[in-house]
Amino acid sequence: MIRLGLALLAAAFLAAAPAAAQTVLTIGVRSEAASLDPHWTQLSADLQVQEHIFEHLVDLDPASQPVPGLAVSWQPLDATTWEFRLRPGVTWHDGAPFTADDVIFSFDRLAAGIAGAPASPAFTLAKGGKRWVKIDDLTVHVLTNGPYPTVAEDLAMVPIVAAHVARGVTPSVDFNSGKAAVGTGPFMFEEFSPGNRISVVRNPNWWGGDPGWDRVVFRPVGQDAARLAALLNGDVDIIDYPPTVDLPQLEANPDFRVSTIPSDRLIYVILGNKSREPFVTDNAGNVLFPSPLRDWRVRKAMSLAIDRNAIRDRIMGGASEPTRNIVPPGFFGYVDDLQPDAFNPDEARRLLAAAGYPDGFRVTFQGPNDRYINDARIVETIAQMWTRVGIRTEVDTMPRNIFFSELIRGGPETFPGFDMPKFSVALTGWGTVAGEATYTVSGILETYNAATGGGNGNFGRYSNVLIDALSIRAKQTIDRTERLALLQQATRLGMEDYAFIPIHFQVNKWAMKASLEHTPRTNERTLAWEVRRVR
Amino acid sequence: MLEFILRRVAQAVLVLFVMTLLVFFGVHVIGNPVYIFASSECTRECLNDIIANLGLDRPIWEQYWLFLGNLLQGDLGRSFTHGVPAMSLIWQRFPATLELATAALVLALAAGLPLGLYAGLRPDSPVSKAIMGFSMLGFSVPIFWIGLILILTFSVRLGWLPAIGRGQLVEVLGVRVSFLTLDGLRHLAMPSFTLSLIMMSMVIRLTRAGMREVLHTDYIRFARANGIRESRVIGVHAMKNILIPVVTVLGMEFASVIAFAVVTESIFSWPGVGKMLIDAIAVLDRPLIVAYLIFVVVMFVTLNLLVDILYSVLDPRVRVGGRTR
Amino acid sequence: MSLAPLPHAPAARAGFVRGFLSVPSAAIALAVFVAMSAAAFLAPWIAPQDPYDLMQVDIMDNLLRPGERAWSGMTHWLGTDGQGRDMLSAMLYGLRISLIVGILSGLIALAIGTLVGLVAAFRGGWVDAVLMRIVDLQLSFPTILVALILLVILGRGVDKIIIALVVVQWAYFARTVRGVALVESARDYVEAARGLRLGSLRILFLHVLPNCLPTMLVVATIQMAQAISLEATLSFLGVGLPPTRPSLGLLIANGFNYLQSGRWWISVLPGVVLLVLIVSVNVLGDRMRDVLNPHLGR
Repeated sequence: MIRLGLALLAAAFLAAAPAAAQTVLTIGVRSEAASLDPHWTQLSADLQVQEHIFEHLVDLDPASQPVPGLAVSWQPLDATTWEFRLRPGVTWHDGAPFTADDVIFSFDRLAAGIAGAPASPAFTLAKGGKRWVKIDDLTVHVLTNGPYPTVAEDLAMVPIVAAHVARGVTPSVDFNSGKAAVGTGPFMFEEFSPGNRISVVRNPNWWGGDPGWDRVVFRPVGQDAARLAALLNGDVDIIDYPPTVDLPQLEANPDFRVSTIPSDRLIYVILGNKSREPFVTDNAGNVLFPSPLRDWRVRKAMSLAIDRNAIRDRIMGGASEPTRNIVPPGFFGYVDDLQPDAFNPDEARRLLAAAGYPDGFRVTFQGPNDRYINDARIVETIAQMWTRVGIRTEVDTMPRNIFFSELIRGGPETFPGFDMPKFSVALTGWGTVAGEATYTVSGILETYNAATGGGNGNFGRYSNVLIDALSIRAKQTIDRTERLALLQQATRLGMEDYAFIPIHFQVNKWAMKASLEHTPRTNERTLAWEVRRVR
Repeated sequence: MLEFILRRVAQAVLVLFVMTLLVFFGVHVIGNPVYIFASSECTRECLNDIIANLGLDRPIWEQYWLFLGNLLQGDLGRSFTHGVPAMSLIWQRFPATLELATAALVLALAAGLPLGLYAGLRPDSPVSKAIMGFSMLGFSVPIFWIGLILILTFSVRLGWLPAIGRGQLVEVLGVRVSFLTLDGLRHLAMPSFTLSLIMMSMVIRLTRAGMREVLHTDYIRFARANGIRESRVIGVHAMKNILIPVVTVLGMEFASVIAFAVVTESIFSWPGVGKMLIDAIAVLDRPLIVAYLIFVVVMFVTLNLLVDILYSVLDPRVRVGGRTR
Repeated sequence: MSLAPLPHAPAARAGFVRGFLSVPSAAIALAVFVAMSAAAFLAPWIAPQDPYDLMQVDIMDNLLRPGERAWSGMTHWLGTDGQGRDMLSAMLYGLRISLIVGILSGLIALAIGTLVGLVAAFRGGWVDAVLMRIVDLQLSFPTILVALILLVILGRGVDKIIIALVVVQWAYFARTVRGVALVESARDYVEAARGLRLGSLRILFLHVLPNCLPTMLVVATIQMAQAISLEATLSFLGVGLPPTRPSLGLLIANGFNYLQSGRWWISVLPGVVLLVLIVSVNVLGDRMRDVLNPHLGR
């Protein structure tokens, strides 16, 4: 028995011996990918791994600006027709050529909806009444009902799957088994072991050349401290979301390197606009009428009371960029002269007094505790700061599954289409995925409209007809200069009226061994071909 | 006899049914998974699509009816996030949990028995006092705290052991296990030790108590008086009497060790079912949460049923009255 | 593990206190436990800061080392945490919450369990059978899992975690009390009381219940240690208590993120306090068992 065990052990050691010098990159990720079907969910943990296998017509560069992907060029033929020319000579991982049929198939698969899928980006395709036709093997036309300036950016969200492989397969199941995980991307499916590892190997025929690694392994490590520990002792080569408390030490450590880029994720505080807000009371606990949050001076006071630099230095380990904009610098729609509000508690107290609240009032401040970087701690800190200027703040943080249900819909009893967010004051975030502000303005500044999707992220139900007019016009303006002016104007109006209180943009960080270098991405994805060994 | 077994099986089925009700409706009170999956740009229309896709537009009792129907066919639904049958995910990950729990059990016995024996033989020596102190600590330390301290010491400070995940796997008789490779053992060391602490303390105490009791019994005195070697007295005669309670208690504890693996697995990123549950809760993957719970319920109910039947076979009195333990 | 019923021995109780304290470890444990409880319940008066009052907590004072002075001039003898809370105060208040959760959940579970156990023992028949089936069922599920799922459903809060802990604990008491009560009711004095035609409720509460007390005391002590440890574990898993009112377990969990950067005090100090608390309660429980029934081993 013992001898058998030893023999097994010896055999196992032999099997474990490293193969010929291969370059392997092991990435420690915070969230695990659950599905390799690129049309199954929209969770970024999934998309990140999928992007190694599948590609889009339009890619986003590290700053989230559109660049050619499977399409080499695109242009509007008229106000409602966009022409996409596809990249010639691209092959699928199984050797079959990539053609317009695959594009049409992928769009159709998405638009038809996938039974059982928790989310699909079909709405981006359906938005603006898009239709698509194949012109020839390397040309596709996208037709829309009205002028639609951001078609290219939207298509950067739509992965292309192989028509000859994916037709008739079981969604998700066959992708996770590898059977249908055939893409055009720089890496090919190797293994998917849930909870443990996902590995992909180099695609020798990738049109983009050598992706730099023979094999890439994703290992999920949810606990922040454990993920850092895994990097420190060499289990993994690079991690995403290094814990912010350890950033100063990591940055000073010569054995490790940290890459940094401001993200597109705006962290902001929504303020309810109802005349009675259930979580805004006087100091005796009675709901105030009218709600002080409707007073511009109160909203401004709440912004001035926040020391954004302290949040950056004390909570975020430097990994935040205080702001008064809705998109980060470099994005289409950024307004240069909107600078973050300086911390001014005295002015905040004066404004409160001027608004008729010299003794302040009480609010309950809600937020998620597992969604954004240090979200619960930011909520607590802002609560401290408000309390100091007289707005006595109770903190209530909750897991994201509960937080977002109540933030978006308010509760099951709400009549569909007339969703009423439950919270009066809450911390939330908005990511500008496509590198430009059109849908950010529309999403968080426009009046809420369930039918058009306007104001989807406008959870305070702020409403301003001037902004609505600008935003709706911007959505139909193809001319970039003109659109930029509209977007900036809308942003300026919203920010000066304190439609909500912007706090900061998260700053994306990655930590890696000093022998690596990495081009960080605005959209938080970790892509293996953007990690290189230092010569 | 047959009637007794039938009655117990009927009871088990009733329990299972009640548990499906509790679990299904319990899980459906919390949050709404739709908002986890919908991106920020999702309109009302798109939300409704997702709700319909997930089958959440139907009334809850109808969802339960469907669930029950599928359950009878052995189908526990499909995970929202993974999109694959929930049971297949559980079967994929259960071996890792089983391996971890077994390793903890072996460790608890390997370390606990000798320590307990020593403490029982020399109850007044300082070493025994230290052993008992250790067992008291083992009972008291919350295991998450020990796990974290171990990671810090052995993987960050000393760099001896990997902090996360499961090591190299080899296939033995169709099951992929990690304890046969050095890499696998290094990965297994800290999680299994963490998980074994409570069991180890229990083994130490049971062994010590058993040892002390046995040494005072007549037959051991008799054996000693007859000049049988001390090592034989302890090794054969005493051991027999000590092992019975130890094995009984460990058998009963093993199931709860599998449950406690939830904590250990989430600290060490061990790819077992416990971590899967925690992940599923975070994204409200209802079918997966329900499937895991039903799986656990079935496991426990079946174990209890077997124990009951076994008892009744061994001791016919049980069949008449209630079960006594 | 269930406890065997204790023998009815009034003589043993006379020397209980003396016997109990004759072992130094028990005396020390008792002293430690009393001191900790006193500190916890006096927290609002002896803590240097009210860690829940946001006026008193300043983010600019966060992560101070033990003994460092804050901007306000206050010296934080045990340092501050990531939000700027004074660790000494946070630990005193955290200890308070841990103890409240442990004791309250234990008491409620004790009350419910005693009632169920007595009813089962006294009514017998199908009532006993049904109640004990439920107890068996409850005990066959691992506590951590039941509590975890319950808290996911219930949400956060001190009341919620107490409910969850009561649910996982009552069955232990019920089974123990039933066992003791069955033994007691078979005794001569109960027979005698029955002969005197005393009401069964009276017999139950005046005669049987007092004799169950020693056993229940032992079970309650051990359960309290379990409850405190379980609460800490649940808080670590992110269910249970709200982060604004941290118990010791939550303080440890929060502090762990600071360990690698050398801020040991945020996690280690509450860890030590928690450990000392649980060990002292466990030592007390052990000793109590030994004194009340020297034949009972674990």
